[in-house]
Amino acid sequence: QKTRDNLWSRLGKLFTGKSTIDDEWLDELEEALISADVGIDTTVEILNRLQQRAARERYRNSGELQQLLEQTILSLLPPVQHPAAVQPFQLPDNKRPYVILVVGVNGVGKTTTIGKLAYQYKQAGYQVLLGAADTFRAAAVDQLTIWSERAGVPLVKQAMGADPGAVAFDTVQSAIARNMDVAIIDTAGRLHNKKHLMDELGKIRRVISKKLPGAPHEVLLVLDGSTGQNALEQAKQFMAVTELTGLVVTKLDGTAKGGVVLAIAHQCQIPIRYIGLGEKITDLQPFDPESFVHSLFARDASV
Amino acid sequence: MFESLSERLESAFKQLKGQGRITEINVASTLKEIRRALVDADVHYKIAKEFTDRVKEKALGAKVLQAVSPGQLMVKLVQDELTALMGGEAASLSLEQKPSVILVVGLQGSGKTTFSGKLAYFIRQKLHKSPLLVAADIYRPAAIEQLKVIGQQIQVPVFSEEGLPAVEIARKAVTEAKNRGYQVVIIDTAGRLAIDEAMMQEVADIKAAVNPEEILFVADAMTGQDAVNTAKAFHDRLAFTGVVLTKMDGDTRGGAALSIKYTIQKPIKFVSAGEKPDTLDVFYPERMAQRILGMGDIVSLVEKA
Ligand SMILES: Nc1nc2c(ncn2[C@@H]2O[C@H](COP(=O)(O)OP(=O)(O)OP(=O)(O)O)[C@@H](O)[C@H]2O)c(=O)[nH]1
Ligand SMILES: Nc1nc2c(ncn2[C@@H]2O[C@H](COP(=O)(O)OP(=O)(O)OP(=O)(O)O)[C@@H](O)[C@H]2O)c(=O)[nH]1
Ligand SMILES: [Mg+2]
Ligand SMILES: [Mg+2]
Repeated sequence: QKTRDNLWSRLGKLFTGKSTIDDEWLDELEEALISADVGIDTTVEILNRLQQRAARERYRNSGELQQLLEQTILSLLPPVQHPAAVQPFQLPDNKRPYVILVVGVNGVGKTTTIGKLAYQYKQAGYQVLLGAADTFRAAAVDQLTIWSERAGVPLVKQAMGADPGAVAFDTVQSAIARNMDVAIIDTAGRLHNKKHLMDELGKIRRVISKKLPGAPHEVLLVLDGSTGQNALEQAKQFMAVTELTGLVVTKLDGTAKGGVVLAIAHQCQIPIRYIGLGEKITDLQPFDPESFVHSLFARDASV
Repeated sequence: MFESLSERLESAFKQLKGQGRITEINVASTLKEIRRALVDADVHYKIAKEFTDRVKEKALGAKVLQAVSPGQLMVKLVQDELTALMGGEAASLSLEQKPSVILVVGLQGSGKTTFSGKLAYFIRQKLHKSPLLVAADIYRPAAIEQLKVIGQQIQVPVFSEEGLPAVEIARKAVTEAKNRGYQVVIIDTAGRLAIDEAMMQEVADIKAAVNPEEILFVADAMTGQDAVNTAKAFHDRLAFTGVVLTKMDGDTRGGAALSIKYTIQKPIKFVSAGEKPDTLDVFYPERMAQRILGMGDIVSLVEKA
């Protein structure tokens, strides 16, 4: 039902017949970026970079101009260095069990993403173990249990209210004992401005690395794609306690564009790893920079 | 972000200082910074523009009294206008029917289930009426269990039924409430996207089946520019009666509140600020206006200027 590339083609049409970009075109671009939640600072950065490039490089038609724009936006993203990011759902050979810790504020889609990741790693032929370290939110363990059943992978859990560090420890220990390839640990949603909850996360992390030096190998921050500028603050605060290795942006099947992750990726140099596109177990995709840039300009006709 | 806003406003206010009257020229940069602050706070960019245009109209030609600086006058104008937009009158729940049915709707993960529990608690503790919670989310894994756990925590009964469509669950729950004398029925629904036609139809069907007295749209205070589209789509379909802002215990400026209020013109009835049952508050327009603008720093700036 979505009309893809609406604003994108509008930008193209608006340029047709002109030889250089003018204020009208720049205004249109600015609006498109702001309404995709890119934020003012990053939007200004994009406009400046584009104008500098446009002054240097040749562009003869709207297609070439749009290519310049695409490259300009892509240049904000940090280069992908992480081996697992280059080969999605392929684990590096020398780290077993490979431990992934999943963090984020309340309701962004952590537990659902873990279900989807478990499914993908299982499909790729790995032995997957889940750890239910959200012992706080009502029925959080039950929810993850259902996802573990859907993915067909085992789960380590304790009673509600148990110490999440202890569950994380148990999960890693069990993953070692059972020769698992990958352990994925769920954590309770926590707002980044709550110090005691953030400290607890730091503790969970330390417990894991104590049990298995080098672990967690990945710490994924899950962001709700409909969140505005506050996501930047989330990334900074979580980075401070857990050294994030990647971002997951969820709910991009909706009308929100998730443009704030451009600002995060740029300012915090954290790669975007996956995007969530629905509530089904298969609705997770590796992040594809080009199509993400295009989708920033998509307009949803139905709304 | 706050630092640079303060700096920008400081220089904008300096320009106003020492002038006796607000004019087109001396107000321009101040308005631009305020617009920017609003967009940084996630107010929809078109609404931010309309808002500052309104403020400008009021400000132009306004006489600055001896006692206040033009900067102070501008701040007051902005704050008053924003407070007025956020809704002057205190909005309460309408609970006339027997039983009163409250339908709780919104996007995935916005905080509907948690809010439903808080509302039940509020209705019993503060309004002294007997609530019944209804688990009508048949999709999300363990959604029913989640509501049951919450119900147990606050000792409010939860109606649920395996294997029935959501519409039937809602219908049966209302009948049950009538038979057993519950005064308020709170229906927790599944999270859904406004563009998911089948799911929007489902909630419209629930509305038609139980004729709710209140339909509350639950919105995450951290929502960005899309808040307008989503609220509008839900409202077009359901004509909701009020808005609930959740996760206000975070540090978001909460500009989505203005966007929604401005577009839909329905009162913000509750503010949810925590995961525990007693963290529900009524809405204070003035507080929200100050929060969105980061008024704390602006007011102190004017005092400095
Ligand atoms: N449309 C859509 N919904 C999603 C997506 N990912 C998650 N959800 C939904 O968002 C809601 C919250 O997801 P959860 O996985 O429970 O989020 P969480 O971060 O674990 O939440 P807490 O543990 O309570 O902090 C659920 O209704 C999910 O079905 C997505 O990519 N698209
Ligand atoms: N900090 C904070 N967390 C909240 C608030 N309201 C809800 N939450 C949390 O946000 C997460 C999602 O809340 P739910 O009540 O499950 O949201 P929902 O809208 O029912 O989600 P779906 O049914 O999956 O669409 C949970 O972790 C809640 O504990 C709030 O006001 N403050
Ligand atoms: Mg969870
Ligand atoms: Mg729910």
